[in-house]
Amino acid sequence: MHLSPDDTIFWQYGFLKLNATIIFTWGLMFVLAVGSRLVTRRLSTGLQRPRWQNLLEIIVTAISRQIEEVGLRQPEKYLGFLGTLFLFIATASLCTIIPGYEPPTGSLSTTAALAICVFVAVPLFGIKDCGLDEYLRAYLKPTLIMLPFNVISELSRTLALAIRLFGNMMSGTMILAILLTITPLIFPIAISALGLLTGMVQAYIFSILATVYIAAATRTHESRPESEHKN
Amino acid sequence: MLIDWFTVGAQVINFLILVWLLKRFLYKPILHAIDAREQRITAELADADAEKTNAEQERNMLQHKNEVFEQQRAAFLSQAIDEAKAERLRLLDAARQESDGLRAKRQEALRSEQQSLSKALTDRTREEVFAIARKALADLAGITLEERMVDVFLRRLRELDDTGMAGLKSAFKTSPSLMLVRTTFVLSPTHRTIIETAVKEILGAEKCVQFETTPDLVSGIEISTNGQKIAWSIADYLASMEKGIDEMLKTKPKFETRAELKAGQSINEHGA
Repeated sequence: MHLSPDDTIFWQYGFLKLNATIIFTWGLMFVLAVGSRLVTRRLSTGLQRPRWQNLLEIIVTAISRQIEEVGLRQPEKYLGFLGTLFLFIATASLCTIIPGYEPPTGSLSTTAALAICVFVAVPLFGIKDCGLDEYLRAYLKPTLIMLPFNVISELSRTLALAIRLFGNMMSGTMILAILLTITPLIFPIAISALGLLTGMVQAYIFSILATVYIAAATRTHESRPESEHKN
Repeated sequence: MLIDWFTVGAQVINFLILVWLLKRFLYKPILHAIDAREQRITAELADADAEKTNAEQERNMLQHKNEVFEQQRAAFLSQAIDEAKAERLRLLDAARQESDGLRAKRQEALRSEQQSLSKALTDRTREEVFAIARKALADLAGITLEERMVDVFLRRLRELDDTGMAGLKSAFKTSPSLMLVRTTFVLSPTHRTIIETAVKEILGAEKCVQFETTPDLVSGIEISTNGQKIAWSIADYLASMEKGIDEMLKTKPKFETRAELKAGQSINEHGA
């Protein structure tokens, strides 16, 4: 019994290796990219549109609206990163109904990679919106003493992101495997359905937390015009 | 070890590639399609608003035109009614004037007919009276009418009162011209001599007498000089007869006038 799809190695050459995590990730990337390409190849700009286009429009507009509700005023700027986070994690969870499939998000390497991406993206978006000085000055607020706590907060929340997603996805897979050995009928189906729900919730939590972090990083810059306007 | 750092790096790269792929194949096309649709809907709504505005303007314009048309129609109708009333009054006046003219013409014709009839009666009466008198005098005493008229005239001359005789004499004497004796008929030389002698005897003058025949005198003899005149004719008799005939004729137009008045009233009632 293995805890992570990283342990299933198909090919290895020294440091380089192709494990199940990377392979399934490529599969998901292929499905998402090719599926999007097929749907958006002939887009209708009229009132009548195909149902797949309608589905993608609903998904994209829902993500965009969610980003805007969190507090980011121009969701198009963050849609690529945050939307891809949600779609990747959600698709990875959704595909668990396929037999023999192991979600790449059940690997701590994948969740750590996503958390690192968020860890890097937050200061990048913050610096892009506020400027480097303004962003770095935010670590000194409200006082200089808070600097180490702010840095620890950044690191810990990144770690928490990675561990939370890994734990939930891995636990779902583990519980399913254990139940299959104990009660191979009915219960695994219910747990699998519950795992779908958990996966969707985790995708939402991960992407919404990333959105909140980015919003917190860019909030200082965006709140300034409002205060100036009020004055 | 749960974390394989090669896998972490590979997944970071995979994720970034996926971000690029989805941006290219999903977000941009979908957002463009949504924007295009929203712009199209906005344009269609703007067109609809513009068309609605145009329609409202056209509706207001047509409504205004209808109101103007109704006002003009009412004005034309009122004008037509006024003109019809004026034309009716004018036609009634014209009919009334024509009726009055016809009535006047008819009355004039009647009057003319009455006059011509009167004149014809007078002439006829005079002729008849002369004829009867002439015949009666000839049958009874063998005297002509002219002789009798001369006698009557001379008798009247002699029977003049003193004032008339004096005036006549003084006029006769002071007149530088001849004494004029006018008769309706042609006097015979005998009668002329008789008259001339009688005049000279009565008036005591030696002036010559001039004789003249005048048909207008209506059967009689008249002498005149220097404004003084003495005459006898049957004109007086004829005048009294004419008066009687006139009265008789006047009763006839009264009936005709009543009939004309009734006809005029019926015309007025039809016109109203």
